Order: sequence, then structure tokens, then C-alpha cells
Amino acid sequence: MSLAFWLVQTLNALALGGLLFLLSAGFSLIFGLMRIANLTHGAYFMLGAYVGLSVLDASWGFFAAVLLGSLAIAVFGAAVQRFILARLGDRVLAQVLVTLGLSFIIADLCLMLWTGDPMQLAAPAVLSRPIEFYGYVFPGYRVFVVAVSLLVAVLLWFLIERTRLGAMVRAAVDDMEMARGMGIRAPRLFTIVFCLGCALAGMGGVLGGPILSVYPGLDAEMLPLALVVVILGGIGSLLGAFIGSFVTGFIYTFGQALLPDFAYVILFLPMIIILMFRPEGLFGEKSG
Amino acid sequence: MNQGGPLLVLALCLLAPLAAGEIFYINVASQILIAAVFAASLNILVGYGGLVSLGHASFFGLAAYAIALLTTRWGYGHFAAILIALLFATLVACVFGAVSLRATGIPFLMITLALGQTLWGVAYRWADLTGGDNGITDVRRPVVLGIDLIEPTAFYLAMVGVLLATMAFLNVFVNSGLGMSLEGARDQPRRMRMLGHGVRMVQWLAFVISGFLAAVSGICFVYYHSYIHPHSLGLATSAEALLMVIAGGVATLAGPLVGAAIVVVFKMVVSAYVTRWVMLLGIVFVLIVIFIPEGVVPGLLRVARRFRVGAK
Repeated sequence: MSLAFWLVQTLNALALGGLLFLLSAGFSLIFGLMRIANLTHGAYFMLGAYVGLSVLDASWGFFAAVLLGSLAIAVFGAAVQRFILARLGDRVLAQVLVTLGLSFIIADLCLMLWTGDPMQLAAPAVLSRPIEFYGYVFPGYRVFVVAVSLLVAVLLWFLIERTRLGAMVRAAVDDMEMARGMGIRAPRLFTIVFCLGCALAGMGGVLGGPILSVYPGLDAEMLPLALVVVILGGIGSLLGAFIGSFVTGFIYTFGQALLPDFAYVILFLPMIIILMFRPEGLFGEKSG
Repeated sequence: MNQGGPLLVLALCLLAPLAAGEIFYINVASQILIAAVFAASLNILVGYGGLVSLGHASFFGLAAYAIALLTTRWGYGHFAAILIALLFATLVACVFGAVSLRATGIPFLMITLALGQTLWGVAYRWADLTGGDNGITDVRRPVVLGIDLIEPTAFYLAMVGVLLATMAFLNVFVNSGLGMSLEGARDQPRRMRMLGHGVRMVQWLAFVISGFLAAVSGICFVYYHSYIHPHSLGLATSAEALLMVIAGGVATLAGPLVGAAIVVVFKMVVSAYVTRWVMLLGIVFVLIVIFIPEGVVPGLLRVARRFRVGAK
């Protein structure tokens, strides 16, 4: 296999890693703050992609698609958090059932509205031009996805580490009771973070559309990938989600290129190894 | 405790489909019993162990695939195929249990979900082996003691046997030292550890036993439908079993049976009118959580109790 093959696969792996980061960063943030495993996250990713598709069909352009896709999911997620999840307190089984139930509802609704045929989101012509670099040609859109995910990572880092809102989130993650005692309004914080996490999932869906295309079952494929990322990196850790995403992106992409039948199984080897030696994940904190 | 009453009710319920005499009812009853064994196996983990697994369809589906492959493609007899399928699914449960019990609570759930979805993905993509989306068809039911189980009544009676054996086994299990320490590990893991119990070990054994029972029901499932599809390995199947456990009430022996009956009948009745079963399953999940969080059976008991108190 030639060098070009490896280079292009590397770019593919980076692009998939970027998409996984958009998906799992939100999942991880939500879990870190609220201890809710949001099993609807894969469905939000898919719904975002479908919304983006419809916006593209209305020919409002790709950037409107990304914007509206994330916005729609953010609003939907905020409603779910405020009207359902907030009432459940810390009843884990109830949260699992509700988020899972919602993911089934969304998946079936998408099947109803957008039919069962796989559909491709068209990347804008400006971005899909091939990029030439030292004589090798790269698909431009993937470079764009990697750049966007890196930008989001930096913005998220800034938000969490350098702003007042981020300080409140960190305080609430560390010690919820104390944070409340200091006057932090936890319910509002929950809604904001949930909203943000959902928006990222929706955005990931639209950006992923031109690469992965959209089809029924995309949700069921993305959710376990996000779980693997989060288990690898440590639940609740943004850095963990970042590293975990790219590790997973590389393993999955090269697994699929070299051993197509077993790509799915290979994906679980690092997870199992991590669980054996560091059950809390690479950057997770020991609980209990 | 007087167990005569419930046993009598159970016996009447099991005989009722035969009395009805129509093949349709007998087949529905067979499906309920198969689902009940599956739900009962999950109830070991969810109810008695407090470990919510979303990958339980793995063992159900693996055993079913093993039977389908062994009998239709590789020319094994039914007896050998069943033994190999049980052994294989139980071995996988040993591995999955060891991996996922590195964590408890939500991380446990996430790991089981991820592992289960891997198998689902493999079943879809490794089409040379599994037939992919087409699944595997033409699995024949075995002939036991000269009786061909293709006959619905004979198959139903076999399922009654499987269910009763499962219930008897669970009754022993729940009251055994292992069952008690499993509940102890659920409620007071630190105290149990302090008292010298290997909490992980107890949970792992429960996981393996529960995987074995899931495999039993998976084998019955593939013989009933004579067909297997990746769907049976997937999240929706695991979630359906969880719904049965929760609908019937967790950590009760009769709960899974009642839950399975509710879900199977509901699914059948509803499918006659609407094709959107998956969406309805989701809606039922959300409604149950909001209105009867403790499960249908305990919920009804609560209402009945209130009613009785009111009547006095």
C-alpha cells in the first residue's frame, strides 16, 4: 500500500475523530455535571443531520444547515431536560428509560419523515475542493471538519476553564451541594449545559452528513462509538473525550480499511485494555 | 408463606391457551413464555443485582445465531447444537461480565450497551457468516422423544417445561447464599465487602447465570420463529426485555412473566393497527417513567391497596 493511501486514511481518521469529539464532548459534559447518561445522544446526532438535510434541500446553504441543525437540537434538548429529565431527580433507571425511549421515538420519527433511503448531504463546493499538498491530493471537506472540531475544542476549553460560566460548571461538578450553597443556580446551569451538549451533537450530525451520509440506524451506530470514546477517555473529562475521539477515529478507520469484517471488534480492544488497568478511563477521576 | 395460591393461578394461566384450543392463542402463549424466560434472566441483574444492563440481547442473539448456523449450515444435530450454543453464549457472558463489571451503575450500563452493539454490528457486516440483513432462515424445530415440536401444542408444552424449570431454578437461586449476597451487594456493597464477601465475584457469577438463561430463551426463540436477524442482538431487543422487567416490577419472581405477557400482547394487538412499534415502545418507556415509575404490578398493587383501605 502506498504512502498516499496511508495519508488519506490518516485524514479520514482525523475527520472521524473530530466528528466523534463533537458527539462525545457533549455527552461527557452532561454526564460530568448531571450524572445522566444521555442515551438520546446518537439520535440527536442523526436528527441534526436530517434537519441539516432539509435546510440544504430548501437551498439555504450549508452554513445555515449547520446553524439550524445545532439550534433545532439545542431547543429540543433543552425542552427534554426541563420538562422531563429535571423532574426525575437522580433516579438512574428512570433516566435510562426516558432517554432510551426518546431515542426510539426520534429514530422512528426520522424514518417516517425522511424515509429509509440513505441520503447524502452535499458539502459546499468551496469546501469540497481537493487540497494539494506536496504533490498529494486530499479531500478538502475532511480538512475542514478537522479544523472545525479543533476550533470547537479550543472554544470549549476556553468556556470551561476561562469563563465565569465554566467556573460555575466546574464547581458544580466537583461539589454540587457546596456550589449550590454559594448561590449557583444549578437547574439553570443544567439546562445550559444540556443545551450545549445537544447543540454539539446536532452540529456533529450536519458536519458528518457529507462524510457518513444519513440513514436509519446512524443513531445506533454513533451512540456506541460515543460510549467507547467516553469510556476510553474517562467520563466527564473534556480532555479525555478529545484524546478518546481521535484514538477511536484512528482505530475504526484503519480497522475498516485493513480488516473490514472486524473493524467493529477491534474498536473494543483498547476499551477492554483500558478497563482492565484504569477502569475510570484515561483522564477520569476515581469515584467512591 | 403460602405459595399455593400463586402456584394455582400460574397453573391455570399456563393451561388456559390449551383450553382455548386455537393455534393462534397457543402460539401467542409460546412467545410470552420465551420472552418471560428472557426477562427473568435480565431480572437477575436488574432486579436482584441492581445492575442495569443494556446488552443482554447479546447472549440471547448469540445462542440463537449459534443454533441457526450449527443446524442449517454445519450439519450438527439439535442436541449437540443446543449444548454448543449454551456453552458458547455462556463463555461470552463470562468475558462480557468480567469486562463490564469493572464498573457499576451508569458506566456498567454504557459498557454493556457498547459491547452488545458491537455484536449487532458484526452480525450486520459479517454477511458471509451471518447472512447480514437477510438473517438466517429455515431453522427446523427438533423432534424430542418422538414428538415433532413443529406441532404448536407440543412446542408450547416444551416452553411450559422450560419456563417452570427456569422459575424453579430462580426460586432456588434467589433464596440461596449467592442470591442473598447478590442483593446484599446491590444494597450495601461496602458492608458486604467488609464482611468478607467478594462483591465482584458474586456479581460476575450472577452475570454469567443470567447470560446462560438468556441463551436458553434465545434458543427457544430461534426454534419458534425458525429465523434469526441481527435485530435480535441489538439495543431494541435488550431494551424490550428491560421494559418487560420494569413493567412487571423488578426483583419479583412473577414480575418478568407478567411483564412479558403485557409487552407481547400489547405489541401484537398494536401491530394489528399501527406499524410503528419502535416509536410506541419509546412512548411507553416515557409514559411508564412518568406515571408508574415502580412498575405495573407494584403500581397496580398500590392502587388496589389504596382501594381496599378506602373501602373499609
